[in-house]
Amino acid sequence: MPSLKDLRTRIASVKSTQKITKAMQMVAAAKLRRAQESAEEARPYAERIETVIARLRAALQGRAGAPRLITGSGKDNVHLLLVATAERGLCGGFNSGIAKLARDEALRLQADGKQVKILCVGIKGHDALKTMFSDQMVDLVRLSGDQAENYRIARELGTRLVEMFEAEEFDICTMFYSRFKSVISQTPVAQPLIPSTLTEADEDSAGAKSKGAQACYDYEPDESEILDDLLPRNIRVQIYRAILENGASEQGARMTAMDNATRNAGEMIDKLTLQYNRARQAMITKELIEIISGADAL
Amino acid sequence: MADTFHFELVSPVKLLFSAEAAMVVVPGVEGDFAVMPGHAPVISTVRPGMLDISLPGGEKQRVFVRGGFADVAPDALTVLAEFALPESELDKTVLAQQIKNAQEDVDDAASDEARNRAQEHLDHLIKIESAL
Repeated sequence: MPSLKDLRTRIASVKSTQKITKAMQMVAAAKLRRAQESAEEARPYAERIETVIARLRAALQGRAGAPRLITGSGKDNVHLLLVATAERGLCGGFNSGIAKLARDEALRLQADGKQVKILCVGIKGHDALKTMFSDQMVDLVRLSGDQAENYRIARELGTRLVEMFEAEEFDICTMFYSRFKSVISQTPVAQPLIPSTLTEADEDSAGAKSKGAQACYDYEPDESEILDDLLPRNIRVQIYRAILENGASEQGARMTAMDNATRNAGEMIDKLTLQYNRARQAMITKELIEIISGADAL
Repeated sequence: MADTFHFELVSPVKLLFSAEAAMVVVPGVEGDFAVMPGHAPVISTVRPGMLDISLPGGEKQRVFVRGGFADVAPDALTVLAEFALPESELDKTVLAQQIKNAQEDVDDAASDEARNRAQEHLDHLIKIESAL
């Protein structure tokens, strides 16, 4: 049975923890709104560029001399996994969800005899994967809290990926991030980045839009120049979009996690207070009995 | 034939415009071109300049764009701009920043071809600034 003093200190410490989690929840809620807005505003651009690429791919299919960024290098020996996570923890299963998806994929590829390379964006994914895949780790790119800065980081990373691809350092690149659905639901997803293949849902919408127009496209200035500009741009945009989606997902996950923590702390305080009051009453009763029996003895 | 087409202007940070338009003049890299309903499908890169949008009611809007490309289909036009800002919000400080960026592009250009292109962009920006 803990003493009254022990109980009092425990209640005080749980209360201060609760204050912290409550504050973190409110900060996350405030940040979430901004992050969600920018993630949602970035979506149309990323989707449109995907549609255009899809149309171009349909037009270029099977043609000799098509850019390798679209058709791939023709091999699938070396896989690069781009794992985008957050810079901070304490956000529920957000980071571990992405890391787990990436880890499973890496193990599957390795079991198939492929070579795996991992590039981390955000330190948390790096922390989760570095013990298991220390040899495969290519680099870690840190993110910043500032959005304009992150855009620059995404651009640089995109350029770097294209350079690595041209230097044949990898054949296929897949990006892992968490897609923001709503405040309570974020799903880790794996998106193929190079070559730019479509997911099935995209395929439908792109297919519907592109019917009829795909065969006869004019290019200005000319086809190869447009593609040289467009394809690396697409990669940069997709990376930037992943960072934004991640940002919103992170805040959403943190808000939910901190909400739970605050509620748990509240329950714990209630339980401890009950225990404290019982102990106090038991002590009073005990003292009364002692006084009464003392008086009786006289 | 319909006398309007669907026009969308998107930049990486936001969807700026999504509505029917009667005509849009796009500053293409090889010269301005006007897009009207039924235009042949074209993909063109965009140089820094003004998008002239004529709405179905005869109203006009001008938007500054830099970098990106235009995707023209018979019934739709999508402009994907690296940077876009309505003319009313455009001022000297924004433009000065853009010019600085363009200057950096010129300095960073890896090949002669890229440098020429970047220099062209820079010249266009300076022209716009002097017109403002």
